[in-house]
Amino acid sequence: MAEPPLRPRRRFRQPSVIPGFGITFGYTLTCLGIIVLLPLAALVARASGLGLWGIWEVATDPRVASALRVSFGVSLLAALTASVFGFLIAWVLTRYRFPGRKIVDAVVDLPFALPTAVAGIALASLYAPNGLVGEQLAKLGIEAAYTPVGIYIAMVFIGLPFAVRTVQPLIEEIDKEIEEASATLGADRWHTLIKVVVPPLIPAVLTGFALAFARGVGEYGSIIFIAGNLPYVSEIAPLLIVIKLSEFDYGGACAIATIMLGISFVTLLAINLIQAWSRRRFGYV
Amino acid sequence: MLHDLSLDVRAGELLALLGPSGSGKTTLLRIIAGLDFPDRGRIIFGSDDATRVPVQERAVGFVFQHYALFKHMSVAENIAYGLNARKRADRPAKAEIKRRVGDLLDLIKLSGFADRYPSQLSGGQRQRIALARALAVEPRVLLLDEPFGALDAQVRKDLRRWLREIHDRTGQTTIFVTHDQDEALELSDRVAVLSKGRLEQIGTPDEVQENPVSSTVLKFLGDTIEVEAIAQGSEVRVNGRLTPVKAPPGLVGPVKLYARPWQLQFAEPGQAHLEGHVRSSYRSQGRQRIEVDRSEGKTVVVEASDTHRLAAGRPVGLTINAGYVFKD
Repeated sequence: MAEPPLRPRRRFRQPSVIPGFGITFGYTLTCLGIIVLLPLAALVARASGLGLWGIWEVATDPRVASALRVSFGVSLLAALTASVFGFLIAWVLTRYRFPGRKIVDAVVDLPFALPTAVAGIALASLYAPNGLVGEQLAKLGIEAAYTPVGIYIAMVFIGLPFAVRTVQPLIEEIDKEIEEASATLGADRWHTLIKVVVPPLIPAVLTGFALAFARGVGEYGSIIFIAGNLPYVSEIAPLLIVIKLSEFDYGGACAIATIMLGISFVTLLAINLIQAWSRRRFGYV
Repeated sequence: MLHDLSLDVRAGELLALLGPSGSGKTTLLRIIAGLDFPDRGRIIFGSDDATRVPVQERAVGFVFQHYALFKHMSVAENIAYGLNARKRADRPAKAEIKRRVGDLLDLIKLSGFADRYPSQLSGGQRQRIALARALAVEPRVLLLDEPFGALDAQVRKDLRRWLREIHDRTGQTTIFVTHDQDEALELSDRVAVLSKGRLEQIGTPDEVQENPVSSTVLKFLGDTIEVEAIAQGSEVRVNGRLTPVKAPPGLVGPVKLYARPWQLQFAEPGQAHLEGHVRSSYRSQGRQRIEVDRSEGKTVVVEASDTHRLAAGRPVGLTINAGYVFKD
């Protein structure tokens, strides 16, 4: 008698030779819950005390709206800049051999390690109208410190390592023969770069962009020293939260935080989706 | 590392560069392609000096051992790459490119694969795509660097025959690098044997096999048995016994005699050129290969027809029926 066919059943757990799915999955969920989701839930719970209308009122408050615009707008711009320059730095560090390469490579990580206040003070003293760079910029009529330009500079500074470190390993892996193949087929350097070398790196560039953006949105310490913090001009949302807290307006602070959380989540999700699409598009099947 | 060498490739021929690893064959191929640069010397295509022509303008097709396909492009995009990379004025129309890609896919027998990506194909299929990509630009010379090196034995054999077919059909001048003598002898019109950066010999597969110019070429083209011998006039003696092998004029005194495994014959001990004991034997494809421990200490492999078996440990004599004589 024929055996009944094995009916493919949709199962939560796929058969696998790798043991320990249950315990690792449970452990992961528990940690994620306690470390990440619980505080965020507490935040949202606190904010929800205001009600949807209350949150909407906070969000549409001109000062809050302007701070959110500055935070997210400048972060996007800074992340874009960091991605471009980060790519170039990673390219130079991996493709060329020059004296001091290891030192430059180590310097890239400094913004990771530096206390943000130190970075803020350093940037502020450099870009202030009487600072080394600020003076030159002032001659050109550009005010860097105490304007959104200052925020932008600080955000590029702290976002750069993310952009470098995400693309660097992929540039290292580029196969020399791919470029040689392109050359033997008659393509010039520019064509090779645009059509052959860069496309496979795009998913990594997007990852770097997302990380730099997220870091920029959340940054506080290094920005407040250089931003000048003028309401409606150069005030960032995290600073506004701190101000609300010092005024004991916990509900308002949580409301702004919740709004930031929402926008950040949607933005990062969108970047991840673009990245997933580009991975498929560029052959990471 | 290459030393002075001169290699004349005929239009339309399939030339194999054969040599052990480190013999400079890949370097030579890359110099012809313009991917590496010689310290001196010239590369001439037809009547044009190509030495200073950059690789992009040299019009060579290069196929790499590990395919070097563009992973983020479909098969059709890979093949069309060289045409699409041309300057607008020289670029064929879209429809023309599509037609050419279709023709090439037919040629490599992968017609249904235009929209696949390289990661979805097997090694043999990828190498065929790489070949089509190189042919698409209608190169003056097609250069293949160990094209079947990364493939398993069966696929290698199929692709060899298939490459020969393609060559016969297109008449494309082709140079390919290999360290596999079977591959070179089966596939090529002429074989150039390289060793330690020097060109040892160039000729048809028959010429290099029948008249190897040096022991290096001889040894590289197959298994050999090496025997000390004495040359006197044109006569060559081994252990005092005359052999049928003739020494080339001018070669006298102690020499080396080389024989292929099938150029030896078993004989009664005491009446042969060499003496020894059977160590082991195995049969393969209607022949048997017998390992003999020679009395002098060396082990040699003898090939004989698969008629009678020789028991291990049995003392045997070996007669030399043919061979080659060199100074070293």
